[in-house]
Amino acid sequence: MAIIVVDVMLKPEILDPQGNAVGSALPRLGFTFAKSVRQGKRFEIEVEGEPTAAQLAEVEKAAEVLLSNPVIENYVVRVEK
Amino acid sequence: MRVGVITFPGTLDDRDAARAVNVGGAEAVALWHADADLKSVDAVILPGGFSYGDYLRCGAISRFAPVMKLVIEAAGNGMPVLGICNGFQVLCESHLLPGALTRNSDLHFLCRDQEIEITNNTTAWTSSFAKGEKIVIPLKNGEGSFQCDDQTLAKLEGEGRVIARYVGENPNGSRNLIAGITNERGNVVGLMPHPEHAIDPLTGPSAQGLGFFTSILNAMVK
Repeated sequence: MAIIVVDVMLKPEILDPQGNAVGSALPRLGFTFAKSVRQGKRFEIEVEGEPTAAQLAEVEKAAEVLLSNPVIENYVVRVEK
Repeated sequence: MRVGVITFPGTLDDRDAARAVNVGGAEAVALWHADADLKSVDAVILPGGFSYGDYLRCGAISRFAPVMKLVIEAAGNGMPVLGICNGFQVLCESHLLPGALTRNSDLHFLCRDQEIEITNNTTAWTSSFAKGEKIVIPLKNGEGSFQCDDQTLAKLEGEGRVIARYVGENPNGSRNLIAGITNERGNVVGLMPHPEHAIDPLTGPSAQGLGFFTSILNAMVK
């Protein structure tokens, strides 16, 4: 069994009010390390056995069509060991 | 003339939209998201609400509802389609309209009477208005910030495809105060505020929203 992970993030030029809210909450709690925060989504897709190249290509397609909106978001597909 | 009003699971404003259609002088026809038939309607309205719970992204799942396949095909053939609020989000996710609607810039759900200016009165849904006419209708959404890349924005502006703009302070961070846009052909319109809640002064801030529902009659007469 393996997990295929799809990370979806708003494109850098798209305003991220949620990330900004988190970014401004951190210093209020005494965490001063963050210059900025962006918030995204992570999908964990379980598959039987080792993912094949064909499966990964299908996941790429699903990420393009459903999991992300290419107008405002970028995605990365990877396999979690 | 028959105007279909689609109900998805989680749609809220289908009854108001149907009433607005009837008051405007057309016949509202109820369509269900799982329908594989548009019931011979002449136009379609995608009303507001939280279809499929807004899961994943607003409108992202509705786009793949069986009825949407027919709507996308009919829109391509010139059928007038109006998406209000969540319906606008569905139209963007369906790529019938460019851009996307994202979280309001201040993160708050907004519910208020909003002044907008009609900036294009040549579409199937705005011909009852004068160009530059200002109307007050309700705005109520959490993800109403219209976003697109610079190239798309320049194209929308250059082709006069912004059909309505917010007047005064930007309520949600939309680029260029955009409240509504249309496609190249002018048959598909997306609008964030809610004209269907402003067809009777008894229950809305005005009756000025009715123009969207009478415009469609003009479009059909042509």
